Amino acid sequence: MADKIHSTKFQDKMERNVWALLLTLMLVLSVGGIVEIVPLYYLDDTMEHNARPEILWQPKEGETLADWKPGDGIRPYTGLELWGRNVYIREGCYLCHSQMIRPFRDEKERYGHYSLASESIYDHPFQWGSKRTGPDLARVGGKYSDEWHIKHLIAPRSVVPESIMPNYPWFTENMLDVARVTAHLKGMQTVGVPYTDEDIAITAAAVEGKTEMDAMVAYLQVLGTMAKLDHGVVYRE
Amino acid sequence: MEATDVTQKYDFDVVRWFSVATVVYLVFGTFVGVFIAAQLAWPVFNFDSPYLSFGRLRPLHTNAVIFAFGGCVLMASAFYSVQRTCGVKLWSNKMAWFTFWGWNLIIVLAVITLPLGLTQGKEYAELEWPIDILIAVVWVSFTINFIMTIATRKSSHIYVSNWFFLGMMVMITYLHVVNSLAIPVEMFKSYSIFSSVQDAMIQWWWGHNAVGFYLTAGFLGIMYYFVPKQADRPIFSYRLSVLHFWCLMFGYVWLGAHHLHYTALPDWTGSLAAAISLAMIVPSWGGAVNGMMTLSGAWDKLRTDYVLRFLIMSLAFYAMSTFEGPVMSLKVVNALSHYTDWTIGHVHSGALGWVGMVGAGAIYHLLPRLWKTEMYSAKLVNMHFWLATIGIVIYIVAMWISGIMQGLMWRDYDEFGTLTYTFAESVSAMHPYYVMRTVGGFIYFSGAVVMLYNMVMTIRQASREPQMHTATAQA
Repeated sequence: MADKIHSTKFQDKMERNVWALLLTLMLVLSVGGIVEIVPLYYLDDTMEHNARPEILWQPKEGETLADWKPGDGIRPYTGLELWGRNVYIREGCYLCHSQMIRPFRDEKERYGHYSLASESIYDHPFQWGSKRTGPDLARVGGKYSDEWHIKHLIAPRSVVPESIMPNYPWFTENMLDVARVTAHLKGMQTVGVPYTDEDIAITAAAVEGKTEMDAMVAYLQVLGTMAKLDHGVVYRE
Repeated sequence: MEATDVTQKYDFDVVRWFSVATVVYLVFGTFVGVFIAAQLAWPVFNFDSPYLSFGRLRPLHTNAVIFAFGGCVLMASAFYSVQRTCGVKLWSNKMAWFTFWGWNLIIVLAVITLPLGLTQGKEYAELEWPIDILIAVVWVSFTINFIMTIATRKSSHIYVSNWFFLGMMVMITYLHVVNSLAIPVEMFKSYSIFSSVQDAMIQWWWGHNAVGFYLTAGFLGIMYYFVPKQADRPIFSYRLSVLHFWCLMFGYVWLGAHHLHYTALPDWTGSLAAAISLAMIVPSWGGAVNGMMTLSGAWDKLRTDYVLRFLIMSLAFYAMSTFEGPVMSLKVVNALSHYTDWTIGHVHSGALGWVGMVGAGAIYHLLPRLWKTEMYSAKLVNMHFWLATIGIVIYIVAMWISGIMQGLMWRDYDEFGTLTYTFAESVSAMHPYYVMRTVGGFIYFSGAVVMLYNMVMTIRQASREPQMHTATAQA
């Protein structure tokens, strides 16, 4: 009875030999991931800037982040913005706010031009989110004043009565640490974000004496403002 | 006679500890869930404290239910059933204890670091790099011990529950290692080596397969051992189990991209994932049918056996959410459902209904066998069953209504061709459903408390009557 083959020879072999089962599983389980992930690294139309390089900011010789102007193209975050982004991640903002506008009429009117892959090229990790308990923030930059953001972050219901967002009064109390910001920029350099050494050098003065609130506002105000996108242009099929 | 033999023959101590931990974490994880649900209904519950704010506690909730509750019940049932189905002790009892203490250390570290805001910022993979390394080590110890126990088995064939556990172990190792690749900059801060589209794809390859392998394949392993055992009948169809096992293993891996419809992810990836998602109804229902039909000819057992009720109800929820999932992965439906509470409802019909109930059923099966006594109260098991079922239904209905309502409000136009509602109006319209969700969640949580009480009383009862057991065993 124990030696009777109950199904196919293949299945019987699997059930008698744990190493064969393990190896087959390792193989079968790796297929889907490889097929879906690997091509994203070499298919040129994955990132829109391959066809339209102007989406990305191309600094000229000797230019630093300080020379960048809104609309010049996607660039790495400044030290202050990066720290704002870290606060954004620390507080779990991405759990209620997406940063990914879909190509629908209502989203275009509510939030703006649909998001491009190239826009999050310097986001380690990406912050597209999966839920809109609050509105999308991909293009929130420039829509409200700095004063509004500060008031809203300290007490959301003071400006939006229907809001269910938590209050973040501690942002104004926490100061930035220059050494930590610098170390983080170097970390971003390691994962491939093209900061020049001058970019990092000018950071110290820019973050000295700033609070987490300043950082957060700087981050929110730059979201979606880096590249000038044209509604008439088809960036992605 | 048999009872004494079984205890001497197998390593059950570590299974006992995992079982107790499971129930404690079920209570803890659902409590945090109810608390953050209340925060969404009444934001005053954030208490203006960084450590209690929604954004930091939500990862604590997901980690507590998935990795603390889910992990412990998987390890308890895998370590138990692999010994029973292979007819041997664990390959290494010491290693199993390492897995137990390691896993619980990870949970303690999660409870400390997440409220402090130390996070990678990747959904369902929030824990920072030192903890990630620890997870990898402990998970591999679990896997090696499991494989080696099978390798030393006395039975000729490997039982179906073990295939599923093994599939889960391999896939979770792949997913965890790749998705967590990051460059550390501080003790508790790192930057993912991935960005943009590639990061999104890898994150949801992880995210959906944490569901597909950890919460589905692993719990199907539980189902394949505990349903036939509790029903005292062989599994309905061997062929069906072979077929749906391989389809599930091959197919589930592809689904992640359906979380990224209409985003900047290339269309081909999402469409591929949606097509395979639809096809996955077949293997998913294969499992559900196989489990339920095991009761064929013995349905009357459901009247008297409360533990079986948990197991069968879990399969009903499994069948429901594996139908709902493919529907939501269709682009037309996803355009509405994505970013809304519908997704949250879908996750919870799977998590509370399938994972929670099959897990509770397995633990109720284990408790009397591990402590060699009867359950303290069968009535309380039944009470837990009804609290859980009613709680889930209230929760899911609330999220269906709020999710579809959100989706419709966001895309609604008035007669002048302008958007009818502001975002803030959609937020305030959600309030009654967020209250309803909190109530449903609270009822489910009360069921977990009943289970904890019942377990404690069962163990106390067992320790109070040691002589009686020796007597029965000798008789």
